[in-house]
Amino acid sequence: MSVLVNKDTRVIVQGITGHQGAFHAGEMLKFGTKLVGGTSPGKGGTMFQNNVPVFDSVSDAMSQHPDATMVSVAAPFVKDAAFEAIDQGIKIVYILTEHVPFHDTMEIVHEASHRGITVLGPNGPGITVPGQCKIGIMPNQIFRSGDVAVASRSGTLTYEIVYSITHAGFGESVVIGLGGDPVVGLTFVDVLKMFEKDEATKKIVLVGEIGGNNEERAAEYIKAHVSKKVVAYITGRSAPPGKRMGHAGAIIEKGVGTAESKIKAFESAGVPVAEYPVNVPDLLK
Amino acid sequence: MNLYEYMGKDIFRRYGIPVPDSYVVEKESDLRKFERPSVVKSQILLGGRGKSGGIKFAKNQKELEDGVHELLGSKIRGLSVTKVLIEDMLNIKHEYYVSISLNRSERSPFIIASSSGGVEIESVPKEKIFTRKIDPLLGYSDYVGREAVKFMGLDSKLGPQFKAILSKLFTVFNEEDCELVEINPLVETADGKLIAADAKVIMDSDSMFRHKDINVIDPEKTPLELEAQSKGYAFVELDGDIGVIANGAGLTMATMDALTLHKGKPRNFLDLGGTDSVDIVVEAFELVLKANPKSILVNIFGGVTKADTVANGIVAAKEKFNIMKPIVVRLSGVHEDEAREILKRNGIEPFSMMMPAIEQVVKRTGEIE
Repeated sequence: MSVLVNKDTRVIVQGITGHQGAFHAGEMLKFGTKLVGGTSPGKGGTMFQNNVPVFDSVSDAMSQHPDATMVSVAAPFVKDAAFEAIDQGIKIVYILTEHVPFHDTMEIVHEASHRGITVLGPNGPGITVPGQCKIGIMPNQIFRSGDVAVASRSGTLTYEIVYSITHAGFGESVVIGLGGDPVVGLTFVDVLKMFEKDEATKKIVLVGEIGGNNEERAAEYIKAHVSKKVVAYITGRSAPPGKRMGHAGAIIEKGVGTAESKIKAFESAGVPVAEYPVNVPDLLK
Repeated sequence: MNLYEYMGKDIFRRYGIPVPDSYVVEKESDLRKFERPSVVKSQILLGGRGKSGGIKFAKNQKELEDGVHELLGSKIRGLSVTKVLIEDMLNIKHEYYVSISLNRSERSPFIIASSSGGVEIESVPKEKIFTRKIDPLLGYSDYVGREAVKFMGLDSKLGPQFKAILSKLFTVFNEEDCELVEINPLVETADGKLIAADAKVIMDSDSMFRHKDINVIDPEKTPLELEAQSKGYAFVELDGDIGVIANGAGLTMATMDALTLHKGKPRNFLDLGGTDSVDIVVEAFELVLKANPKSILVNIFGGVTKADTVANGIVAAKEKFNIMKPIVVRLSGVHEDEAREILKRNGIEPFSMMMPAIEQVVKRTGEIE
């Protein structure tokens, strides 16, 4: 059993002929992901890397029976691409793109949730189950199969922490990037429910950041429902209020969403919080 | 993107939300002859303008001229007043509050309304505040307005007006891609009309490709932050002395946090993003050098951004700008071996882990006087 994806998950890439789409589709193939197709309007009938068929539309690509899609198109076209995938009933829609208007994301996540479809992102690194499936942009070489589940609101910081977990001799059961936007498909509470049920997962790492109250809600949920060991890291301790720190969602507004309040919430739920990313593995011991 | 009051009111007017008659004055010669009691409101993006002396009342020609003269070109809490709004003074009977904003946890628009307006909504007791989540796919419907009117105890004269305003406000929120639309106060005049006396509109800056007519320079951004923004960098100026270049918002923040915990003081936040271009690295150095730090820390975990590209960028920048300040580099990830070779050949000893690099840059910065 694994979280959301496994070695049999059939994946397509919407925007497979674009610069980002092509590069990451190639990396996903190297990882061993079952990449069964891609879309690029007007380029249907061609092949990607000689063995992955390209289609004009998701409707055409359904001949490959995909379970998941990576949406890699420019922000103004994301809503259309995500709706196209949702309309075809693809079960996992991962949106790589940054700078998607949150009004579009609201519609995407609500429509998806009505249909039982999982949205990952926007503006996140995707999902990786080491040894089985990677959908997204995480560097292939940092993973090792193991029992630590990681969920994060940030891309590169996830790599840093996963790298240190692997380096310390642990391995990962699954790594999920939620996305750095104010509105994203999955919350920490959503993934905690999956991690708690997942037999391959024994320990959980949550990587949070300033902005919103996703972490505070997770802390409440852990107190009541999570039996596995959870540790956390929170970034943005040094961020000044009112300034957006790169991510659209990483902003302290009217005192809400500070690193202090998140660290306090986790600690009161018995979740130790690492001071530096490199300390996360120490807390797992 | 935070809009000025006059821009928010232009939008309100366009959608049929009642606002007082008004005009904008940028120079004193724009001022029209006094006709009726007016309010002179400085156009700055700050709450609590009234308390800071940014709003004047004019009951005659002289007070109007004095108000404009005093406000135009003045500074309020550090912000320059380049425009004032001249607006009809309302005969206020009561003040209400209404807003629609993004509720992040619910991932939905959220209506807040109250019969107590004119003050900060945080100071109003919870039981006097109407709140309602709106499903983004269902959108606004009239029953929500009926519930609000009942909760607020509005009579048959005010109720229909309030419902119409709420419905239009929701249309503004949706069609203009807003994070927040707020009317505080929504004024009930002595003759029983509801009018938006203020307009706070914050638009989603990621939606600007749909709103090319809107262009506001964020007054809270420094000139260097604006320059960085125009070049496509996420950049925030801070008051320390260690320049920071990293990739990814989270890792950049974590780098600043680690510096701070080690008693180092970051001069800036600069996220290289998921780039793979030498020029972008060189330009990042140029921005950071303009902030004049004592030293520079580069922290890269290569993924989309290749470590060797960054290394080449560092070498090129060092040469181009003749940088004599300490540059401490940490590189990991994709193409890290090539990257370390490039740096070593050019006299920079790179770190493979983050913490030793943090310690090194704090130590070397401390040695500089």
